[in-house]
Amino acid sequence: MLTVSGSPHVHGDDSVKKIMYGVVYAMVPAILVSIYFFGLDALWVLLTASVSCIFFEWLVQKFIIKGPVTINDGSALVAGILLAFNVPANIPIWIIIVGSFVTIVVAKMSFGGLGKNPFNPALVGRIFLLISFPVQMTTWPLPKPLYGGTAVMDAVTGPTPLGILKEGVKMGKTVPELMPEMPGYVNELMGFQGGCIGEISAIALILGAFYMLVRRIITWHTPTAYLLTFFAFTGILHLIDPTQYADPFFHLVTGGLMLGVFFMATDMVSTPITYRGMLVFGVGAGLLTAIIRIWGAYPEGVAFAILIMNAFTPLINRAFKPKRFGEKVVQA
Amino acid sequence: MTTLKTFKRGGVHPAENKISANQPIVVLDPPKQAFIPLNQNLGAPAIPLIKKGDEVKVGQLIAKGEAFISSNVHSSVSGKVLKIDAVIDTSGYKKMAVVINVEGDEWEPSIDRSETIKRDFSFTQKEIIDKIKEMGIVGLGGATFPSHVKLMIPDGKKPEVLLINGVECEPYLTSDHQLMMSNGEEALIGTSILMKGLGVKKAYIGIENNKPDAISYLKELAEGFKGIKVVPLKVKYPQGGEKQLIKAVTGREVPSGKLPIEVGAVVNNVGTAFAVYQAIQKNKPLVERVVTVTGKSVAKPSNFLARIGTPISILIDNAGGVPEDTGKIISGGPMMGKALLSLETPVVKGTSGILIMNKQETHRVEMLPCIRCGRCVSVCPMGLEPILLSQLSRLQMWEDVEKQKVMDCIECGSCQYTCPSGRPLLDYIRVGKNKVGQIIRNRGKK
Repeated sequence: MLTVSGSPHVHGDDSVKKIMYGVVYAMVPAILVSIYFFGLDALWVLLTASVSCIFFEWLVQKFIIKGPVTINDGSALVAGILLAFNVPANIPIWIIIVGSFVTIVVAKMSFGGLGKNPFNPALVGRIFLLISFPVQMTTWPLPKPLYGGTAVMDAVTGPTPLGILKEGVKMGKTVPELMPEMPGYVNELMGFQGGCIGEISAIALILGAFYMLVRRIITWHTPTAYLLTFFAFTGILHLIDPTQYADPFFHLVTGGLMLGVFFMATDMVSTPITYRGMLVFGVGAGLLTAIIRIWGAYPEGVAFAILIMNAFTPLINRAFKPKRFGEKVVQA
Repeated sequence: MTTLKTFKRGGVHPAENKISANQPIVVLDPPKQAFIPLNQNLGAPAIPLIKKGDEVKVGQLIAKGEAFISSNVHSSVSGKVLKIDAVIDTSGYKKMAVVINVEGDEWEPSIDRSETIKRDFSFTQKEIIDKIKEMGIVGLGGATFPSHVKLMIPDGKKPEVLLINGVECEPYLTSDHQLMMSNGEEALIGTSILMKGLGVKKAYIGIENNKPDAISYLKELAEGFKGIKVVPLKVKYPQGGEKQLIKAVTGREVPSGKLPIEVGAVVNNVGTAFAVYQAIQKNKPLVERVVTVTGKSVAKPSNFLARIGTPISILIDNAGGVPEDTGKIISGGPMMGKALLSLETPVVKGTSGILIMNKQETHRVEMLPCIRCGRCVSVCPMGLEPILLSQLSRLQMWEDVEKQKVMDCIECGSCQYTCPSGRPLLDYIRVGKNKVGQIIRNRGKK
């Protein structure tokens, strides 16, 4: 018996699983940094979030949808790690379980599961927790100092650099006055700053992003548009009034920017499918992030910015088509 | 280092697997029985001129292409016509074919079968076109568009450049490669003839850079020809797509829904150029062609010169027989070829290769939900959105399918090849394309 089917008869051998586990590998540097700075607390949160996300997905697929169980495709694991990346390391374990429930059951499975969710599930989980448990979500443990020293991890909490900035400016201080209170650019770049588990080290995140770019899991379009827009916007404001607006380099290495740019704004499911659309998405997210950080009620705007742009994704897909071959008539 | 020319957007790079690349062409004997389909070209079938019991010689006209887009069919063997009957052809459907019981190998005396290369020609443009029509030449790259029709330029258009397609971007296939190596000079003479037939002064031969021997050989030969240049191209699929080749070599984009002549280009396969040489210089109709027989489990991957109408089973036997673990037999390459229903399918003018895939390769990847990664969009060489087209086709929203330019799809399969969710994108798109094609044709009738 011969098999008969339509062409093509060969496949490129890439798969959802390879992509998802590729993202997991890309998150390893940030995971290691978080464990280094926050110790076992970070590890517990990471494990709890991953296991409960996978568990909730299994639960829904097995008992509610009663369809095939696909928890080993890696997507629930990615969502779990990303959710853990978006909470402080000292968050009570039960809160992270609630967050996992929202991430998987509400933000992903209720829309139909893999590939169907309009919003990034981990970010929906994060925002849900931020609004429901504002105190626990904004009490950051201070990381262990970079060189030696023994900080008592559970006892000492402190604000993030962005928090210092927001509160300080609100109280009438100028940016140069506030800067000495910050850990400094090099520390911030390496990860020695207050913040959520996965967002503290820009360098670890960039390392992971580089891996994803090489493996073509992500393309340069969204991150570049996002970063350039954000840099330009904060830069212009800084040039206008350096006492009120922090410089763009500070903004680049603090908060959840790198995590958002490389791991959330590049989420395939909830962002545009065309290169043009990705550029538009990046520009929009960059603008919104800067606007929320500078004038919004929250010190950090990455999560809101990306979720808002997620909502625009279908419109962007509709408005920004790829350039069709032969679209522009070339005069012979 | 100079960067190689290529088309700008999309494309993939499947494993090349050119395992028969260095196998010289082996001439196969005529089969015991030949099945010569009446429709071996894109367009209308030819009208048979013979009847049961007639004696035919090799090269004798047995069916005439009467319609505008149709092509003559000649006997590829000598012997007695057994019947005109329906046989399963490459499409999988039963089509009318002339069945001939082969006796001996007697050729029409008008055909020059000598090996000597005839370089000079003094035909007029019209004579060339008429001869190509008479000899039943069609595009040998696989599309089998009648070659004489391509040379008849519509009013108001002016051809500027002839492109010869020696790209062979399909994985596995090596028939054009070997043809260039063994009959390079004849192919170049054929190219000159086509240039005269079109009235153009320039011709470019595009060859993918994975055939350095063919590139240097033809470059050397091309020095003896006026106006012919060899252009090495980057190895990228579908480099050999007509519109992609034009874009790569000339930088021009054929407008959506238009023919290459719109940008002053005409494309012919290198095999076609060789067939044109034989038709014009040797008075030889298209009765045989080079066919690659290949596959990972094939004992002796080969390039054969086979008579049209030879059942592919004979070719496969000559390549070491049908492997035990055969899962799928494909006419053409793995990206665009057609899976065959039967081993008795005859070789036709458009058969560039027979690819035998083993059971393991035949296995389709598991289909998962679309994760909207957009890779199908980024690899589409036509700038379409395969995921959108396939969804719209599935929902039978034909108007939208048409609006999203489904008719521009060249069915290269890059989208489906690259899809990490293993979705049968092209299957759906083909449905949409067929349906929209029908709707457009019906619109024309009203």
